[in-house]
Amino acid sequence: MIYNLPFLTVVALIAIGMYAIIFKRNLIKIAVGITILESGVNLFLITLGYREGGVAPIFTNLPPGISPDQIPEKMVLPVPQALTLTSIVIGVAVLALILSFTINIYRKYGTLDAGKIRRLKE
Amino acid sequence: MKKLAFIAFVVFFFFLFYSAYEIRDFGNPPSNVKETFPDAKYKVTMDDRIIGKYNTTTGEWEYGAVEETGANNVVTSVVFDYRGYDTLGEATVLFTAIAGIMLLFGREKK
Amino acid sequence: MKNEEMNEGKMTVIVQTIAALLFPLALIFSFYVIMHGHLTPGGGFQGGAIGASAVVLLIVAYGVKHVEEKMSEGGFSVFESLGGLIFVVVAIFGLFLATSFLANFLVNEPIFGKIPGWGESPLNSGGILPILNIAVGMKVIGGLSAVVLILALISREGEEK
Repeated sequence: MIYNLPFLTVVALIAIGMYAIIFKRNLIKIAVGITILESGVNLFLITLGYREGGVAPIFTNLPPGISPDQIPEKMVLPVPQALTLTSIVIGVAVLALILSFTINIYRKYGTLDAGKIRRLKE
Repeated sequence: MKKLAFIAFVVFFFFLFYSAYEIRDFGNPPSNVKETFPDAKYKVTMDDRIIGKYNTTTGEWEYGAVEETGANNVVTSVVFDYRGYDTLGEATVLFTAIAGIMLLFGREKK
Repeated sequence: MKNEEMNEGKMTVIVQTIAALLFPLALIFSFYVIMHGHLTPGGGFQGGAIGASAVVLLIVAYGVKHVEEKMSEGGFSVFESLGGLIFVVVAIFGLFLATSFLANFLVNEPIFGKIPGWGESPLNSGGILPILNIAVGMKVIGGLSAVVLILALISREGEEK
């Protein structure tokens, strides 16, 4: 059971982020929740690709003790890491866009509360 | 209404926690393609196929990223070669986000 | 004196000196990470993030107004678009010189030599991967720097009003 702790951590992160998105009214808190949910998804991808006792899939300066005949079995999976790498940069771009929209909303309505914004709209 | 949403939230994440408890062992990705695809050219998963296999007798790579893309870093070869379209789409997303921010705030700078 | 400097968004002389010392080092490290992306851990995204963090260091230490006189976010945006253009042009070269869009048409060519085997030289050339790394690094440096610069500028103006 304790060996599945990374998966449980992933679900905990996603739960925290989803709670902030659903039940919080402040737009900044919603942005923080989206970021936490994203990190949960990134951790899930990395966790899926981990192989026990594996090293990073890079052939330059391999740690000693890795011989050529045990190569595919002694390296972690590269494709989830590549997907995570793409996902992180997309997360940064989307977060910047969310924050700039939040700045615009605050200038127009003078509040960050999602419910009050809905009420102020004529 | 909010109470109902909270109950739905708790039930959903109870099932998600249960599935995280029942998922396969951590650190043991499935690597048996033989049973699923008996006619596969290489009897390995996609990731093992990308990492490659070194032939110790001939001294050459039989298949894999080092032989096909010439990069020692397998993650870079996946990002830019095997999944290059993915990177192109990601660059488009980055460009679009920055164009949106420029549209929002660019004019009122001065 | 302190309050006046704080109002302009500057930090103390110590922080400014250290930032001026660290800025070229951070840029060099970013360039190293981008150029060795196909050999060591790193690549275009990571190196670009390091280069953008160098610009953020300048903004934090010297204030937005001072940085904005030296470098504009329009220039960063042009830099980013140039990176994207290089990416697409190299990909289209793959379409004409090799089999498909984004094909690695430089690998195993005579000018780049043969791929070494196990335990030999670690100098694998990687074909078009370094060029794409540089393109993506330019994209990320330009994009993140432009975003941070314009957001800092906007928040400064909001405080003044």
